[in-house]
Amino acid sequence: MFKIANAQLWVHDQDEALAFYTEKLGMEVRVDVTLAEMGDFRWLTVGPAQQTDISIVLMAIPGPPLFDAETHEQVRSLMAKGAAGTIFLETDDCRAEYERLKGRGVEFVDAPEERPYGIDSSFRDPSGNHIRLTQLRQPAAV
Amino acid sequence: MAFVPPARHLLRAKDLADARYLEPLDVDDMAGAAGLSRAHFSREFRRAFGESPHAYLLTRRLERAAALLRTTDHSVADICFSVGLQSVGSFTTSFTRTYGVSPTAYRATFPPASDLARVPACVVRAYARPQRRTFREDNGAAPD
Repeated sequence: MFKIANAQLWVHDQDEALAFYTEKLGMEVRVDVTLAEMGDFRWLTVGPAQQTDISIVLMAIPGPPLFDAETHEQVRSLMAKGAAGTIFLETDDCRAEYERLKGRGVEFVDAPEERPYGIDSSFRDPSGNHIRLTQLRQPAAV
Repeated sequence: MAFVPPARHLLRAKDLADARYLEPLDVDDMAGAAGLSRAHFSREFRRAFGESPHAYLLTRRLERAAALLRTTDHSVADICFSVGLQSVGSFTTSFTRTYGVSPTAYRATFPPASDLARVPACVVRAYARPQRRTFREDNGAAPD
């Protein structure tokens, strides 16, 4: 068997993403190292302090030799259009988190609203990635 | 209104330290979160949790700083600021008093943080390939 360890998000700018995920969202940096021998490849992961066994890899969109310039630009533009995936977060109190994050300047797409499964909201990170913040009606049943 | 045990207010202050240690938070802010005067708050906090609010907040910051020394290549100064402390000098002093070694010496006792980078094979392949050389094959030049 296996478990989920990291999930990866492309980001336009790793410094900007790091500031957003730590200072605004309140996550912790897990690992942040830059490898000169790998063309300054930077492995950068963050995660919530209370949940240490999973983290999000904030990955710069590579250029050549990994991605050609056109692919790089296509990924960038799809993200800017909001067409690149979503991270789903859960919280005990969606409205309180909404107020807290909004107060810190987080750009919300959906204010908290009642859904059949609970209270749901969503916001964007600086790169345009979509993040849902959900309070489930009942404790998550696996 | 439902009765709220007094310790609930102290817990709110403790949670504030745990959640927002990275901001320039101090004991006054913690006392404010508990709705108590600073002197009364410090006494009650110590009675409930066995240490002063100042020590609780500082050890939270030092614990995070130690983790960042082990898991990132950030400079000592950057780490100091990123855990909500404002003076590198007093950070180094507190750290050394707590851990018995300076931040730099502490870092040196652990494997380099770069060991933690799970560099994907595709990245390794791309950078290991000698592709920035032409070997003079594409322009028809004769080899030496």
